[in-house]
Amino acid sequence: MSSVHTPLPDLPPPITNVGVIGWLRQNLFSSWLNSFWTLLAICLIYLTIPPLINWAVIDANWLGDSRASCDANQSGACWVFILARFDQFMYGFYPESEYWRVNLAGILLLSMMAPLFLERFHYKAWLAAAILFVYPMVAYYLFAGGLFGLMDVETSRWGGLMLTLILSGVGIVASLPIGIVLALGRRSKMPIVKSVSIVFIELWRGVPLITVLFMASVMLPLFLPEGTHFDKLLRAMIGIVLFQSAYMAEVVRSGLQAIPRGQYEAAQALGLSYWKSMGLIILPQALKLVIPGIVNTFIALFKDTTLVLIIGLFDLLAMIQAGFVDAKWLGFAIEGYVVAALIYWIFCFSMSRYSQSLEKKLRTGHAG
Amino acid sequence: MAAEQQVKSPPAKAALWRRPVFRSTLFQTLLVLALVSFGYFLFNNTLHNLEQRGISTGFGFLSQEAGFGIVMTLIPFSELSSYWDTFLVGLLNTLLVSGLGILFATLIGFTMGVARLSRNWLVSRMAAVYIETFRNIPLLLQIMFWYFAVLQPLPGPRQSINVTDMLFLNNRGLYLPAPVFEPGFEWVMAALAIAIAIVFSTLRWMHKKQEQTGQIFHTISISLGILICLPLLTFLITGLPVSWDMPELKGFNFKGGMVVIPELAALLLALSIYTGTFIAEAVRSGILAVSHGQTEAAYALGLRPGTTLRLVVIPQAMRVIIPQLTSQYLNLTKNSSLATAVGYPDLVAVFAGTTLNQTGQAVEVIAMTMAVYLLISLIISMFMNWYNKRKQLVER
Repeated sequence: MSSVHTPLPDLPPPITNVGVIGWLRQNLFSSWLNSFWTLLAICLIYLTIPPLINWAVIDANWLGDSRASCDANQSGACWVFILARFDQFMYGFYPESEYWRVNLAGILLLSMMAPLFLERFHYKAWLAAAILFVYPMVAYYLFAGGLFGLMDVETSRWGGLMLTLILSGVGIVASLPIGIVLALGRRSKMPIVKSVSIVFIELWRGVPLITVLFMASVMLPLFLPEGTHFDKLLRAMIGIVLFQSAYMAEVVRSGLQAIPRGQYEAAQALGLSYWKSMGLIILPQALKLVIPGIVNTFIALFKDTTLVLIIGLFDLLAMIQAGFVDAKWLGFAIEGYVVAALIYWIFCFSMSRYSQSLEKKLRTGHAG
Repeated sequence: MAAEQQVKSPPAKAALWRRPVFRSTLFQTLLVLALVSFGYFLFNNTLHNLEQRGISTGFGFLSQEAGFGIVMTLIPFSELSSYWDTFLVGLLNTLLVSGLGILFATLIGFTMGVARLSRNWLVSRMAAVYIETFRNIPLLLQIMFWYFAVLQPLPGPRQSINVTDMLFLNNRGLYLPAPVFEPGFEWVMAALAIAIAIVFSTLRWMHKKQEQTGQIFHTISISLGILICLPLLTFLITGLPVSWDMPELKGFNFKGGMVVIPELAALLLALSIYTGTFIAEAVRSGILAVSHGQTEAAYALGLRPGTTLRLVVIPQAMRVIIPQLTSQYLNLTKNSSLATAVGYPDLVAVFAGTTLNQTGQAVEVIAMTMAVYLLISLIISMFMNWYNKRKQLVER
């Protein structure tokens, strides 16, 4: 008599180890200490989130056109202030009838950039060149006017988010070529070229941006021949570009270092000249590698542009600051700062996510 | 034969302008010439412009009387002090805020970095929210938020927020009791110095002994014991030579005690919260960089989790963390120059601000200010290089 041993079916896992309870036990209450932290965290959330929602949404004042509509109900946020001043936050003191020019420039840029994100688009290099070289001129004439019967708008009237974007855009675009030259210089075998690049890079990286801006606004007029006049915006831009190009140089250098020696040697073996081997072989690979790094410096620059308010330019933060210092809306500082923080946060967070996803996508070859 | 001859004959010489040595010499000479003439152009213009505006040059202004007061000074300063003193006051205030900022940012950063990796889902999420929120908001905005939206609207001195009659918080600052060191306190300091010396020598001795015999000592409890007991005993024996100077409301403001001015508080809060996010990311990446095999190997050798963390994970993680940490410290020091936005009297606000406006000697003042920051970054990067050399991974 033979019998085959058939094991009993497995018992289901204990109810406390699966499903919601299991997840809770594993992730929140795995030990006494853990439970303590969980309870503390819940306590903290309970103390902060409901009052915040009450203030920002439930009790908030949304409708009205003057502070009277907010004074009646002071327990909530006064978004009326933001709505009333929103145009100024976006465009600064730009004449209202000319807002369309700024909008047009923005739409133009977005529509030019959109194809860059398409996988199948084949003329990316040409498009990028157009954005880098043609677009800035178009945008400048749109903003400043003077051509085709457009009204002249002085740079002192530019402001708000528009100015923030202009400053960071110019900063990044103008500092890229200087940064590439400096990075190549730093890796050069010519001792003088190398030391000049190192001194330039380390000088700007060693000092805070605010001193650079002070220098640009106070000392630049002293350095130039008498009678040369730069407006405030241009001086700030020069300072930002000099400062940023040093950081850009280091980013590009990190890309150059990541290219294996074989690539340099292969280029030499093919008999390519220095500039040809750099331009055709090394830089295309190196720049691809450092795109995330460039996006990261752009984020840093975007946050740093707020510093121009110290030398008297009206960027987004300065406009908001000016908004609640105004007697009409005195005392709505928190609302102002929360909105400013939200706008900056949306830009920076989305860019940093984008750079992270790029990092994953671009991790091809040269690994290890 | 023919081949041999070919080898022997010297290679055809390239034309002069095609030789690398000639090219690089030419190029570098041109570069030097261009730089020198550009520098000369700038220098000439500056001299001419300064003359036109009637601004004197040189560092003679440093000994002149400054004639303005400063809200917070660490050294004695009055309106009769010289511009050189304004420089010192600014420098010390910068160092103070950077030092305190570095301390708090490190505490916040390490806590949050570890919390981000916690197995507790809620704690890790909250740390992530903190990191992602505060590092994506410009620092200047944060400084201004704390100053203009939180600290300025606090009640005046008469309605201060009172904590047990010792701490007072109002829109003029945070008032704290100040310690007053009476005669006899120097003995306590001496005892502390002796304790530190003893701890150092015992640690070395114990380390040596452990390497020779394998005997394990309770290093931490022994050294902590010496470090606390010796000064405490002296403190008791000398008869508690410390008294407290309590802040008191007199008229419209508080007298006595210490005060943390709101400018300093706002700057410190913003700097440490902002930099803390970057330090937290550095800590997280450092801990994640230690491969799991290291932990498993340590467990296989029978080390307990705490010991594994202390002897295996942290030393290796530090190799990744320290370089990022020093660059964040450097950033914090440079960012402390944003003080000028809220009027904290740091180097940039006092020296490159008020002093520059009063004397008009922009070139000297900006040069000195930049030199200070350059010197600080030079020192920190020298430390970095030294550390990297010491801790470099020695591979077989």
